[in-house]
Amino acid sequence: MVDSGEKAKAGWLKRIAIVGADESDEIGIVPHKSSLQLHAEAALNALEDAGIAKSDVDAVLTAGAGWSASLQVAEYLGIQPTYTDSTSVGGSSFVIHVEHAAAAIAAGLIDVALITHGQSGHSDRFRGGGRRDMEAWSPAAQFELPYHVGGAPTQYSMACMRHMHEYGTTHEQLAEIAVATRKWAMLNPRAMMRDPITIDDVLSSRWVSYPFHLLDCCLVTDAGGAVVVTSAERARACRRKPVWVLGSGEATTHQTIMSMPDLTTTPASISGPRAFQMAGVSHRDIDVVEVYDSFTYTALVTLEALGFCQPGEGGAFVSGQRTAPGGDFPMNTNGGGLSYTHPGMYGMFLLIEATRQLRGECGDRQVPGARLACVNGTGGTLSSTGTLILGVD
Amino acid sequence: MPQNGYRKPLPSPSPETRPFWDACKRHELSLPFCRSCQQFHFYPRHFCPHCGGRDIEWRTASGRGKLYTFAIQYRAWHPGWSDDVPYVTALVQLDEGPRLFTNIIGVAPDPRTLHCDMPVEVVFEDINDEISLPKFRPVQRPATSRSRSRSRRG
Repeated sequence: MVDSGEKAKAGWLKRIAIVGADESDEIGIVPHKSSLQLHAEAALNALEDAGIAKSDVDAVLTAGAGWSASLQVAEYLGIQPTYTDSTSVGGSSFVIHVEHAAAAIAAGLIDVALITHGQSGHSDRFRGGGRRDMEAWSPAAQFELPYHVGGAPTQYSMACMRHMHEYGTTHEQLAEIAVATRKWAMLNPRAMMRDPITIDDVLSSRWVSYPFHLLDCCLVTDAGGAVVVTSAERARACRRKPVWVLGSGEATTHQTIMSMPDLTTTPASISGPRAFQMAGVSHRDIDVVEVYDSFTYTALVTLEALGFCQPGEGGAFVSGQRTAPGGDFPMNTNGGGLSYTHPGMYGMFLLIEATRQLRGECGDRQVPGARLACVNGTGGTLSSTGTLILGVD
Repeated sequence: MPQNGYRKPLPSPSPETRPFWDACKRHELSLPFCRSCQQFHFYPRHFCPHCGGRDIEWRTASGRGKLYTFAIQYRAWHPGWSDDVPYVTALVQLDEGPRLFTNIIGVAPDPRTLHCDMPVEVVFEDINDEISLPKFRPVQRPATSRSRSRSRRG
């Protein structure tokens, strides 16, 4: 563990910036494009946004694309990087990649890092072939699969149940997040779900995995996204104003849910304080918050873990549509994984939205005067988090 | 494929975990225990994940614990469960400390009958000649006023 004073001094302090960010040409239901096409569209769009040539990229960071994600993606893009990172810890990976890219840039190893994501989370289910299996002797295969095979909703619901038991968190409080997030999506032309919903709509939607209703759960879409990270020197010459990486933190606590130390929090309770401390800012300085919302509960518990409220107070914190447009805590302003897009791993889209908000590019959904953003990605079974504090001059 | 048409995934015991599964076959819950730091752990390793020690022995556990948390699964996700939904997945915290992922059986899959921290006990489901799966059910207590008031909590 790095001494906290030393770490603060060693922070990124306007030495590292996000200078390009964009989605793939199409997001949503995109059955006619492979996940690699989505990677590439997003990569080219983000480089164009930055005004940086593909030939200037010297690092490729990505996750999820087969056994060697960065090899696969760099080859497809026609890049031969001198620094590569396939860190794959679930949907938080891309947020964590920003910290890894920042470290490499600060160390002088590289200058331009391209972080990409592409995933046919919806359409791949209908394509057949290419399945990957878990190793027979893995802990999950031996001690979880005999009792249950299922996706994330079936395990996050177990964490939510314990939170409800310990703190009295209610279905209505969770539904507040789904409704508020939908209101943001209604302001985002690229969001998939843009019809208004009510608390009652959430509560009357069918059960998927009690305590989760269908509308507590994120979408399953096809989408790509990419960001370009570079040094301050190059950033100042880029097309758009730099979005500074002011603080970062990452943490992982387990893989399987049976090994999760405390089901009522997330590793953001570790990564969050590291990022805030490095940036030297406090929670009340933050103008806009983009946190992973694979489920309504994921967002609620993340606000507690990051310290925006105390453990157990998340339900009260989000009540009264506080996180909606016009509320005093703008959160998930693109419509989130719940209503905008969520191809399976979502962290990349937190980065894109935070970048756009800080540049003031968000049109109807722009948070007025947003200067400082907090981003938190969550991956696995509440296993891994990456937290970033981003800001503009 | 198991001989009796059982369609759910089954564990493939490894040398490291074989003593656990062999004990299950005898309807005993056996857990690895570290002689150095005096703690149980789960899932089984050949060393202690708490202290890193390698002096591990197997001890028979009580088979009792509490329902740490649960969810009621309404989608099968896998053909093996298509006749079972809704069913209950759970984490059980054993009296010895470790948590197991399991199913709760012998009770309606209903939030009115299940609550966190309720006492549960192991029950073994014999699947085939090699595998018996430890599952859990609510402890059958005499209906005293004390246990009634407990069961209403939460």
